[in-house]
Amino acid sequence: MLESIVHVCLAGLSQGMFIWLVASGLTLIFGVLGVLNFAHGAFYMLGAYFCYTVLAALGDNFWLGLIFGPLFVCAVGFLVERYFLRYVYHLDLPYQLLLTFAFVLIFDDLVKIVWGAGSISSPTVPGLGGSVSIMGRMFPTYSLFIIAVGPLVALGLWAALERTWAGRIIRAASSDREMAAALGAKVPWIFTGVFVFGVWLGALGGGLAVPYVGLLTPGMGESIVIEAFVVAVIGGLGSLKGAFFGALIIGLLSSFGTRFLPSFDMFLTFILMALVLLWRPQGFFGEASR
Amino acid sequence: MSTKATYAIYLGIIAGLAALGLLGDRFMVYMGMRVMLLAIFALGYNLLLGRTGLLSFGHGALYACGSYSMALVNLHLTQDPLLGILAGVAMAALFSLIVGFFCVRNTEIYFAMLTLAFGMMIFSLIWNLREITGGDDGLVGISRGSVFGLPIVKDGQFYFLVLFFFGLTLWLVHRIRSSAFGLVLAGIRENHQRTSFAGIPVKRYRLAAFVVSGMFAGLAGSLGAMLQYNTDPFSAHWSHSAEPVLVSLIGGLQTFSGPLAGSVVFVVLREIIERYTQNWMLWFGIILLAIIMGLRGGVMGGLEKRLRQRAATRKGGE
Repeated sequence: MLESIVHVCLAGLSQGMFIWLVASGLTLIFGVLGVLNFAHGAFYMLGAYFCYTVLAALGDNFWLGLIFGPLFVCAVGFLVERYFLRYVYHLDLPYQLLLTFAFVLIFDDLVKIVWGAGSISSPTVPGLGGSVSIMGRMFPTYSLFIIAVGPLVALGLWAALERTWAGRIIRAASSDREMAAALGAKVPWIFTGVFVFGVWLGALGGGLAVPYVGLLTPGMGESIVIEAFVVAVIGGLGSLKGAFFGALIIGLLSSFGTRFLPSFDMFLTFILMALVLLWRPQGFFGEASR
Repeated sequence: MSTKATYAIYLGIIAGLAALGLLGDRFMVYMGMRVMLLAIFALGYNLLLGRTGLLSFGHGALYACGSYSMALVNLHLTQDPLLGILAGVAMAALFSLIVGFFCVRNTEIYFAMLTLAFGMMIFSLIWNLREITGGDDGLVGISRGSVFGLPIVKDGQFYFLVLFFFGLTLWLVHRIRSSAFGLVLAGIRENHQRTSFAGIPVKRYRLAAFVVSGMFAGLAGSLGAMLQYNTDPFSAHWSHSAEPVLVSLIGGLQTFSGPLAGSVVFVVLREIIERYTQNWMLWFGIILLAIIMGLRGGVMGGLEKRLRQRAATRKGGE
């Protein structure tokens, strides 16, 4: 019983780390730009497909795929921000959301055109393809690797935002656009940079998911972006700390749900969300109502 | 526009649609019904978005509540279509009351995300409760029966039931918009703080608007289930909730006629695009981009602006 619970916990942690990778980019973009990026799931999907293509082109080298794949997605993200999103910051919410929704439609269909509508089975990672024995049962090494990557990304983000000069400027621009601009910060470029970085985080999540999910399908980003939304709501929108802990909780909950209440695992997530909202409408780490 | 002229225009629209039902071929009749269903959905939705200023991504799920309740009543209890529709609307009202209770405490982006999440919860329920909802197959084999002895089995007959509910929706939404309740909603959209200073319980009004628009979604859903003879689990999906938003946006957000014009454009455009390509989502995304980047008032808003500009230049010339 105990080893089964340990394994369910580990699976939940790795699931949570994937959600965190997606939720972190989403939260960062929302926190700084104030835009909820529906297309984030699409960037996750693009990340997975580009990584797959690059790794296949470079002779099945997963690590090269993981390095260069997301960079292509960043280029796409740059175009989206520079030529479209930039013009809707001052508009009402429906326009912003629908603009990113339009990109969901476009990217989903483009992926079908370029890579085909069927699913692609993905390769395993050399060195991390096997499994290790934990308390007498086998656990995939790759999942352990993911559990290690998540906190590293969190630590890196925290250090970049709190401990560097650029991070300080980003925080200034997010808390008061006009004041930061008046003090000489190039706010439009900061926004572009943050958006591209957020897209990179999502695409990295997608790239890491290539060996994990086993199959690449158009629309694969959809369920994870919904979970990332739930995580962002629970943790408090715009709070990276909230997103991290929220992702862990959701990952563990859905893992335990799959193990013990198989047909209601997704449902449990939403019940938790409703309960959190009843207790704290602004989420764990959200600011009190504005 | 005076009230009489407005009513005259709507009577004209309904008369034209009735003529389409009598004279049109099967394809036209089917398209007409799809336009009217989408218009019911969008008119109700726009009470929330255009009138109250709340963007919901959960209305697809409320539409599905209507479809599935209608189908369950039809398959297990009675084939009376009116009772089925009543059940669909009632269930949609119940669900929107529950979902709305959690969601109306927040606004703007928070509201949009919460409705999205709860809508997906209903989607996953429909998806997982296979024994009741048929899972990914949906419920099949809905029969249309007859209304007060009049058979509505054929599309040409069912058309007039849809037309009746379309007319009813048009009238109800028009009345709601011009009622005291509708004005309070517009007040909440413009400035919710001032509205609450005037002693109005803003949250309760938001909830009421959510439930009313959810009921129209349920109505559209139950009629849609009868039109297609089955239910589609993906109608509960959040991307379906984007449909009335697109329709309102194409037509023009804060106009009453916007959703009507938008529904026609949406259904016809989709039909045309699907005829030439399988990638209708891609083209729709591109059109949506063009609308957002260029033509923000929508068709009706753009028309109104053009007319106003012309009137202004004429006045300036005098």
